[in-house]
Amino acid sequence: MSSLSPPAKKLWWKEPIHKSELLWISLVFVWGLVMTFMMPYWHVVGKQNLGTDTYKTTPKAFQAATEAFVEKYEVRKEGPRNYPVVAPPAGGDVYLIARLWDWWPIVELKKGETYRFHLSSLDWQHGFSLQPANINIQVVPNYEHVFNLTPNETGEYSVICNEYCGVGHHLMIGKIHVVD
Amino acid sequence: MATTTFRTCPDTGLKFFNSTENLLKANAVAAVVFLLVGGLHGLLVGMTRWQAVHLLGAEDFYMVLTAHGLNVLIFWIIFFEIAVLYFASSVLLGCRLATPKWAWAGFALMVIGAVMNNVVVLQGNASVMMTSYAPMEAPPLFYLSLILFAVGALIGCFVFFGTLVVAKNDKTYEGSVPLVTFGAITAAIIAVFTIVSGAIILIPTLLWSLGLVGEIDALAYRLIWWAFGHSSQQINVSAHVAVWYAIAAILFGAKPLSEKVSRTAFLMYILFLQIASAHHLLVDPGVSSNFKMFNTSYAMYLAVMASMVHGLTVPGSIEAAQRARGHSAGLFTWLRKAPWGNPTFSGMFISLVGFGFLGGITGVVMGAEQINLLVHNTLYVPGHFHATVVVGTTLAFMALTYWLVPVLFRREIVMKGLAKWQPYLFGLGMSGVSLFLMGAGTLGVPRRHWDIGFAATGGITHDFPAAAYTMLALNGLSVIVAVIGGAAFCVIIVGSLLFGRKLGDQKMSEQWIADPVTDEEYSANGGSAFAIPGTVVLAMVFFVSFALYYFINWKYLAETWGIS
Ligand code: HEM
Ligand SMILES: [Cu+2]
Ligand SMILES: [Cu+2]
Repeated sequence: MSSLSPPAKKLWWKEPIHKSELLWISLVFVWGLVMTFMMPYWHVVGKQNLGTDTYKTTPKAFQAATEAFVEKYEVRKEGPRNYPVVAPPAGGDVYLIARLWDWWPIVELKKGETYRFHLSSLDWQHGFSLQPANINIQVVPNYEHVFNLTPNETGEYSVICNEYCGVGHHLMIGKIHVVD
Repeated sequence: MATTTFRTCPDTGLKFFNSTENLLKANAVAAVVFLLVGGLHGLLVGMTRWQAVHLLGAEDFYMVLTAHGLNVLIFWIIFFEIAVLYFASSVLLGCRLATPKWAWAGFALMVIGAVMNNVVVLQGNASVMMTSYAPMEAPPLFYLSLILFAVGALIGCFVFFGTLVVAKNDKTYEGSVPLVTFGAITAAIIAVFTIVSGAIILIPTLLWSLGLVGEIDALAYRLIWWAFGHSSQQINVSAHVAVWYAIAAILFGAKPLSEKVSRTAFLMYILFLQIASAHHLLVDPGVSSNFKMFNTSYAMYLAVMASMVHGLTVPGSIEAAQRARGHSAGLFTWLRKAPWGNPTFSGMFISLVGFGFLGGITGVVMGAEQINLLVHNTLYVPGHFHATVVVGTTLAFMALTYWLVPVLFRREIVMKGLAKWQPYLFGLGMSGVSLFLMGAGTLGVPRRHWDIGFAATGGITHDFPAAAYTMLALNGLSVIVAVIGGAAFCVIIVGSLLFGRKLGDQKMSEQWIADPVTDEEYSANGGSAFAIPGTVVLAMVFFVSFALYYFINWKYLAETWGIS
């Protein structure tokens, strides 16, 4: 009797389990516990745990908050689109808009300082993908996601979009500067 | 009145009722057609992502990628799965199919849905990807086509359940259903849950696109869509594991090492897999860390455990059968003596190894809450699932098809020389696709993206490392190999149906189904019937690779910015 036919032993659930199988099952079970443990463990000792504070918002309200942020901390304009570069104080809030098809504004941060990011979309879903740091976060309209970021190296970083958002998806690129 | 005429296959002794046979044929042929269509779209996608070739324009690329995902992931896979369900019930249990009329109605709905979907997508204004994340909007017919397809598939599931009842009432088998049927039952139960979730999300979305509902909450959409999208992948896993067991029985006469263990592992899929959809939402706003951790670990690692158990017991049962039949020397004689030139075996074995090493390990790693930050929506994700659903599921289905065509259509496979190589071409090409997409994803390259050179952004660019471009080029080359392998499969199968030598009622020259290994044979094997030292060694290699790769990723995570 093979796997294509009913089990030969009618009381198959009473058959003993071979020891290779038992060994493997035990090993796999322990491994599952280790992996389960790693996540809370990282919440305690690790430095990369995405915050999950989220607030309902509207495109209008989020845009207004971002505009106020830009007005307050704008230091210059930059780049082909003449976008404002905004340098908030260390420890301060940062607002970043995702919309079809760009990120607004450009942000300038200090290395080693922690900033409170507010992220939302004015239209469709987008994907915040910070390169080359390789941090990837989903951006959802009508929800304001608040979390902290602490740059650990200076340089010019790109924010690209990695959630498909229509025919201009690949045009969507923004910048974050990290300075000393 | 259901027709009850049947024939007994001279090569396998299996009973094929007329109505079952025709439905099996129809579903399998439809599956292969959509695989061909979807695979060609995959070729265009791969050739566009190869930046030096950059075949399609942006709009065409997004349209073709949408069509690719739907044709292969939904239409090919599900048509084939319906065939697997009918096979595992009516054929394996030797009973008539319950309500063939309903089964045909389901089939018709699926065909209408799939064709309609292709028409809508290829008209160009439904390039929303298979996920169609609200509030991005497609024309109503897009959602309607998917709903029709899903209703058809649901009917297929109920015909399957009905057939189980028929078999029980007609007493066509004794005791418990065969393991392969049990696996199919698992798949069908998960399918019902999946389709219901799909209805919960797609019906309101259809109403919204018709202007009858005001707004779709984007986050709620993601949550429910993934209850559907995630569990649909569990149908595939259950189905292809059932196919692995079936092939081990067909070629080696193998029985499971332990019915109890294998069946419990299937049961764990039902209990723990389908609700574990939060690993698609690990970097979403509005979902708490506790929920993410609970949902991925409590639920997911038990399901992972189930897959790891099947990963041991399938090759283990082959090893035990081979040893019982005399290939008992050393650790790996049983494996060396396996029929590597038979595409049914090579396909199944590459599927098993690729699913475990490439798909399984990477899936668990990126499903850890924090590690997901590094890979979410990068090419790593399609890299991962081309190992699971293409090397794993698709190749397993191809392997079974080589065996099924002569049995079902009574025609010999044509181009046997090519058929011998086909699983290697497809399997290795696809493993390359998987590896190189994951390589590019590790370097941050986004998925579903037309131009990582940012040529049209008016001067705002990002320089991906040269290695990223190399990965995309290597992916392009692998895509070509895989498409040759995939096309070879379609040509061989369609060629066999049309031109294969007719077998009629005569037996084939080869033995087409192995005699089940008997208890005497098992116990003749040195008294330790189920000793599987070779498989245990392979399993340890797997485990060590898994653990290493897992911890390397935590280290990699520790190097990026602080996030809290
Ligand atoms: C020869 C065949 C195939 C080739 C060359 C191929 C290649 C590709 C490539 C290059 C991508 C694009 C990744 C991106 O830009 O985001 C992709 C996406 C995808 N592939 Fe395949 N693939 C093939 C077969 C399959 C099969 C058989 C399946 C499923 C059973 C599959 C499922 C998918 C899915 C679901 C996506 C994602 C679509 C989306 O992002 O919405 N592929 N494929
Ligand atoms: Cu976007
Ligand atoms: Cu985008």
